[in-house]
Amino acid sequence: MNFNVELLEKLVSVYGPSGDESLISATIRQEIGGYVDEVTTDALGNLIARKKGDGKKIMVSAHMDQIGFIVTDIDKEGFLRFGNIGGISPDISLSQRVMFKNGTVGAIFSEPLDKPSERKLENMYIDIGAKDREEAEKMVSVGDMCIYYSPFSHNENVVFTPYLDDRVGCFVAIEALKRITTTENDIYFVFSVQEEVGLRGAKTAAYGIEPDFGIAVDVTAHGDTPKAKRFAIGLHKGAAIKVKDNSIITHPSVRNSLIDIAKAKGIAYQLEVLEFGGTDSGAIHVTKTGVPSGVISIPTRYVHSTVEMASKEDIESSISLLEGYLSKKL
Amino acid sequence: MLLKELTEASGVSGNEKEVRDLIKSTLEGYVDHMKTDGIGNLIVYKKGSKPGGRKLMIAAHMDEVGLIVKDVDSSGLLKFMPVGGIDKRVLVSKAVKVGQQKLPGVIGAKPIHLQKRNEWSKVLDMDDLYIDIGASSKEEAEKQVSIGDYVAFDTPYMEMGNGTIKAKALDDRVGCSILIDLLKSDIDAEIYGAFTVMEEVGLVGAGPAAYQIKPDMAIVLEGTLCYEIEDLDSHEMPTIMGQGPAISLIDRTTVYDRSLRENVVRIAEENSIPYQYRKTSMGGNDSGKIHITGTGCATTGISVPTRYIHSPLSLISKSDYHNTFKLVEAIVKEFEKGAI
Repeated sequence: MNFNVELLEKLVSVYGPSGDESLISATIRQEIGGYVDEVTTDALGNLIARKKGDGKKIMVSAHMDQIGFIVTDIDKEGFLRFGNIGGISPDISLSQRVMFKNGTVGAIFSEPLDKPSERKLENMYIDIGAKDREEAEKMVSVGDMCIYYSPFSHNENVVFTPYLDDRVGCFVAIEALKRITTTENDIYFVFSVQEEVGLRGAKTAAYGIEPDFGIAVDVTAHGDTPKAKRFAIGLHKGAAIKVKDNSIITHPSVRNSLIDIAKAKGIAYQLEVLEFGGTDSGAIHVTKTGVPSGVISIPTRYVHSTVEMASKEDIESSISLLEGYLSKKL
Repeated sequence: MLLKELTEASGVSGNEKEVRDLIKSTLEGYVDHMKTDGIGNLIVYKKGSKPGGRKLMIAAHMDEVGLIVKDVDSSGLLKFMPVGGIDKRVLVSKAVKVGQQKLPGVIGAKPIHLQKRNEWSKVLDMDDLYIDIGASSKEEAEKQVSIGDYVAFDTPYMEMGNGTIKAKALDDRVGCSILIDLLKSDIDAEIYGAFTVMEEVGLVGAGPAAYQIKPDMAIVLEGTLCYEIEDLDSHEMPTIMGQGPAISLIDRTTVYDRSLRENVVRIAEENSIPYQYRKTSMGGNDSGKIHITGTGCATTGISVPTRYIHSPLSLISKSDYHNTFKLVEAIVKEFEKGAI
């Protein structure tokens, strides 16, 4: 297994909360430059890279945005109050470091509470160590966004880091597109924006592309940790082929095509029936007159935490599965 | 005064005709084209002297929260459901207008004398309330009202205090009024104005409006929540009345385009227009649909701070109204110049 851990570490480390994806977009654009025929950016900021072919149009979507925080107020003493960007948990955020686009680092803490159950984002704040508002405003402005700032770790089996969601999907898409040698399909790799706030980027990208098929690549949850809620997805069991979540029931032809490829090529896979959540295919499949769509998911523990964990083997299986799907004439 | 007429007109979501007709007659002669689309939005077009450039859409919703009659009981009292987000605690004993003929009515409930002690501390449910139109039987009531009739609050416009306006439906007739003022002004710009329907029940009109206009940029004008009592910390006050237009950062439906927002702030500062940020991520508005329609566009949300929205009456400051107008006018001029 030739796992490009340096690229994955780079991808999870670049700033790009929903609505401010310019840095990660530039990073990905540079990474894929030599491998695609044209690269464009749309009004919302989706990065759309096309590998031309005469066949069917396939839209592959991996979202490059990440969850985070937006500053809504700076008080007299220089503490920052904030709102959430996407699914942010107060419990997970407590005592985390955060980083702004300009490199400013802060710490999240909470007002003293009688009971932990009272902890809400409204009574938490970011401390950037400023002595007062004036000093704080030199580093951060109202409207600025920050992200979790926590190291990337890996061993033989797994990677764990913030923001596998969905930089690991971007990684899978990039690695697959590099490996595709010949294809008759007309492939649009979309690195989408604003997935975490409601699949917004994928909607406008799909409208512009009008694909014949859609494939999202994103993380999914897990059911293989102590007393986890029953869910037949676990690490090291292969790429997950989605059957349904809250945003889509995947199209049988796409789903079966993925299963057939996995079987034919001996790629480990598992089937995913997720009872919550959604991903870009949810927006793609109802665009215009409808787009048969599926999802390749990377099984991931602790999604939306600073220690999201995935299996290197599963990531590799996901790359092979996507490569196989895109290389086959549709 | 236009804002008086606009706020006294009835336009509960799905029943915006009276407001639309009023806007149409007001704009007659000031715009180059007007049409009512399939869902009820009023789309107006002002050419300006250099038409055919990038498209600017300015949206304000015509509808307001209110009630709808769901049944008439044997004694002639009307049962109702809410249309849009209404705090049920504010309903009891309010004056309303029922149906197209605007029959006067009162929202009634059991008198306090007859309530048991434990009822005093409970909020009256919608089902405990009814609208009394003074009918003495079902038959008599049904001669004047039918199921499905809309009910709007009966709140006359008035000015009070030092430059404060009190009226119902300032969310979002204040946006409509500012857009009308702009279209009637001598500004030389190409503008697509969208007076949308059914915002309060899920941003229903804005998507179709944006779909037909296909804007390159959109400004959404709103009356937004305002709450600034003294025991709150600064971050708990979404907006402050009298401190100028509120510029949106994020809400449930949009992460507002950052570079456009920074341009709006720059324009406010260059023109010495006071402004504030809308410091909450709650709520949503037509931008939520507009910015993701078609291939998408940048939007900005600019609001007049409005106290007590989604109730029978609301308050705004005249200075906020004028400063919001000035900011929008300045943004349009910059857009026309190609500076944003």
